[in-house]
Amino acid sequence: MRTFKLTLHIWRQKDARDAGHFETHVVPDVNEHMSFLEMLDVLNERLVAEGKDPVAFDHDCREGICGTCSMVVNGVPHGPQRATTVCQLHMRHFRDGEELWLEPWRAKAFPVIKDLIVNRGALDRIIEAGGYVSVRTGSAPEANEVPVPKESADLAMDAAACISCGACVAACPNASASLFMAAKVAHLGLLPQGQPERYDRVRRMIAQHDAEGFGQCTNHGECEAACPKEISMRFIAQMNRDFLHAMALSRQPVAARQGGAETVEKAKA
Amino acid sequence: MQLQSNEPTGPIEKRWDQHRFDMKLVNPASRRRFRVIVVGTGLAGASAAATLGELGFRVQAFCYQDSPRRAHSIAAQGGINAAKNYQNDGDSVWRLFYDTVKGGDFRARESNVYRLAQISVQIIDQCVAQGVPFAREYSGLLANRSFGGAQVSRTFYARGQTGQQLLLGAYQALARQIEAKTVEMHTRSEMLDLIVVGGRARGIITRDLKTGRIEAHTADAVVLATGGYGNVFFLSTNAKGCNTTAIWRASKKGALLANPCFTQIHPTCIPQSGEYQGKLTLMSESLRNDGRVWVPKRVEDCTKDPRRIPEADRDYYLERRYPAFGNLVPRDIASRAAKVVCDEGRGVGPAVEGQRRGVYLDFSDAIARFGKRTIEERYGNLFQMYERIAGEDPYEMPMRIYPATHYTMGGLWVDYNLMTTIDGLFAAGEANFSDHGANRLGASALMQGLADGYFVLPSTLSSYLAQAKNSDVSTDHPEVRSAVLAVEERLKRLMNAPKPKASPDVFHRRLGRIIWNECGMSRSRQGLEKALAEIPALREEFWETVAVPGTGEELNQTLERAGRVADFIELGELMCRDALDRDESCGCHFREEHQTEDGEAKRNDAEYAYAAAWEYKGENATPALQKESLKFDFVKPTMRSYK
Repeated sequence: MRTFKLTLHIWRQKDARDAGHFETHVVPDVNEHMSFLEMLDVLNERLVAEGKDPVAFDHDCREGICGTCSMVVNGVPHGPQRATTVCQLHMRHFRDGEELWLEPWRAKAFPVIKDLIVNRGALDRIIEAGGYVSVRTGSAPEANEVPVPKESADLAMDAAACISCGACVAACPNASASLFMAAKVAHLGLLPQGQPERYDRVRRMIAQHDAEGFGQCTNHGECEAACPKEISMRFIAQMNRDFLHAMALSRQPVAARQGGAETVEKAKA
Repeated sequence: MQLQSNEPTGPIEKRWDQHRFDMKLVNPASRRRFRVIVVGTGLAGASAAATLGELGFRVQAFCYQDSPRRAHSIAAQGGINAAKNYQNDGDSVWRLFYDTVKGGDFRARESNVYRLAQISVQIIDQCVAQGVPFAREYSGLLANRSFGGAQVSRTFYARGQTGQQLLLGAYQALARQIEAKTVEMHTRSEMLDLIVVGGRARGIITRDLKTGRIEAHTADAVVLATGGYGNVFFLSTNAKGCNTTAIWRASKKGALLANPCFTQIHPTCIPQSGEYQGKLTLMSESLRNDGRVWVPKRVEDCTKDPRRIPEADRDYYLERRYPAFGNLVPRDIASRAAKVVCDEGRGVGPAVEGQRRGVYLDFSDAIARFGKRTIEERYGNLFQMYERIAGEDPYEMPMRIYPATHYTMGGLWVDYNLMTTIDGLFAAGEANFSDHGANRLGASALMQGLADGYFVLPSTLSSYLAQAKNSDVSTDHPEVRSAVLAVEERLKRLMNAPKPKASPDVFHRRLGRIIWNECGMSRSRQGLEKALAEIPALREEFWETVAVPGTGEELNQTLERAGRVADFIELGELMCRDALDRDESCGCHFREEHQTEDGEAKRNDAEYAYAAAWEYKGENATPALQKESLKFDFVKPTMRSYK
């Protein structure tokens, strides 16, 4: 079993108002089989025993599915391994003597709560704006009554795999949540059950997204590269098609979108 | 206290319908007057909050996570059972009922289990309508698989992420109600106590985890859907934040806790790799459909490259001991068999604390038979996950697996209406003890969570509210104020131990070791008595030396953990007491004193056909045992045999 030394420069920030700074810690005995967060656990346990304030970071399931963990490692959301959340990243991918910079997701719509923890409530509010099928409990028809082509179901599942971690926002130069939002729009839009609300849904979600202070998509592709679930950017194209359709046909006013290189036809707010 | 199950009588298939007809209703215009608190937003909590909101009640929902969508239901992989019989292979409501009662080793209440099997079919309809992308056949119709030893294919699934997709369905229904303002959502908010006024649950005390603010919330009824207590073991497949605080606090306020020793150990987890490890990862037991479990026959082969060990020197011990079910025996049996071979010294992988705890799960035969592509289609994401954690390629090298704590069948005692022994306090999902007896079948947890939340609670809770005639409780009521004070006192005590020395995790790890060794896969009088001596000493040391830096008026994760560990220690003691009382083997509960000659569990129906409900009696007092005796009028108790 290999053990080695790492130097960590960790972002410390008391609360949203604090300016924040990097603080350096050395972990002399990192074990290659540890996960990245277990390595931070070891550091924190030592800090607590010394009466110091441990590093606050978000985490929960530690198996890459809850979407809670969120930190930027050397400039990359979730760290260097592709398609891997930071809780699933293992120390065997690092070398002795390496220096790492750990930072929170940085985006206007994600204010820092403490250290590496940010507030991602904006993502929930985008879903609340329309990311669902409006079905009352008890009113559903027999499950096999509406056949769903296997391909649609499979594609919908690809989109629905999003864990809402926010890495796409952290990676995007515009801090756009387009990939997150498009994944939900596509998931429901690909299924027959999602059709009745399809265009109203995309209109409402986009309005909320923009109101939260997320930027617009300018096709950098950083989001797809950072996504631990490898959600495809094609879903953003699909969302934009649905949005154009909504603008053309909606009886509701469609808000104009501000900023970004792609020009979206302005409609009255 | 006399436990009243309040279950209906008459033909079992008519009980739920009759009961629903007999229940009282609240007319739609009046619902707005009633306030309901739902704690926890997993499958049970999110579905209950959403449905109660739809009905028109004023709901306040709470979760400790930063979003309701992150509750640990999200990590369930395999699937959800339903008696649809789409495969025409002989399934029925009756068979799902029968399998669940038998699988639970005859320690569950028949009426509840039958209701669960009935409701299972509606759940699938509901989820499909919400847009849950279940796996489908080329016809466009729903696909099924057989799961966890069932002899019919009744499991619906969404790749290896069924829990995620079902939770997102419930979360989206909840989001719709938040938007409609029938539900007020409180995230990063942890329940620290229950408010009881006049013998009824009337609210909760919470701590805002961002600011540390202590808040009182009052209501006409409280639902706890806060999940299981598997993290008592420290290492488990639960999320790091999963805790017992809500149900343990409720039990201290008078809600009885039933069968705490019934904890399920899942056979297919990735083994521990070292002391620093903070959690274990489960891999769906669907892997056992194609993987073969073995260890070397000889101890000296255990450190060899498994690919070089010839067939003749391998012991496929499940196929050998259980020829009829082979690798697909139920979870408790598969887990215990793995422990037996490792205790014999035939475990594989790295030694942790001096023992190799791992067995091989080998796909080489399946890859030879079906081709790598088919195996990749079936288990691709699981293989990827294994490789990421273990650093070995399971297409080339057999996986190593070992059992880990996964689910807790025990929980708050509830009657047929899911109401605890405190009026107005309900418990749903894994937080209650109801449907799984001494062992849960695979793909049944998701079914129970959603049955409770979408279909049972909305009826039974409405009926309670229709009859409750509550007067208003304001937040400056003396009972509320004293509950707030007690919570603040306790937090102060946690932050100011006389000789602070070690982080809460240090004590949690030590507790976990005691419980895993003495109240894990196999238990004995001697071991349990030893644990019952060790745990109170650990508790004292914890309160004397736990170190919590920082303050209570900010985000303080060490303080959060300290509070949870304190509750785990107390619950752990009760688990051992319950395991000691149950002087028989049944389901997950294997008492070494009660086994057949070939090491199978020996149940004792004459003396132990009861649910053991424990009443809290005070800090250093022995809890009182209340028994709900179980009758089996429809499924005749038999010995489980998977030979």
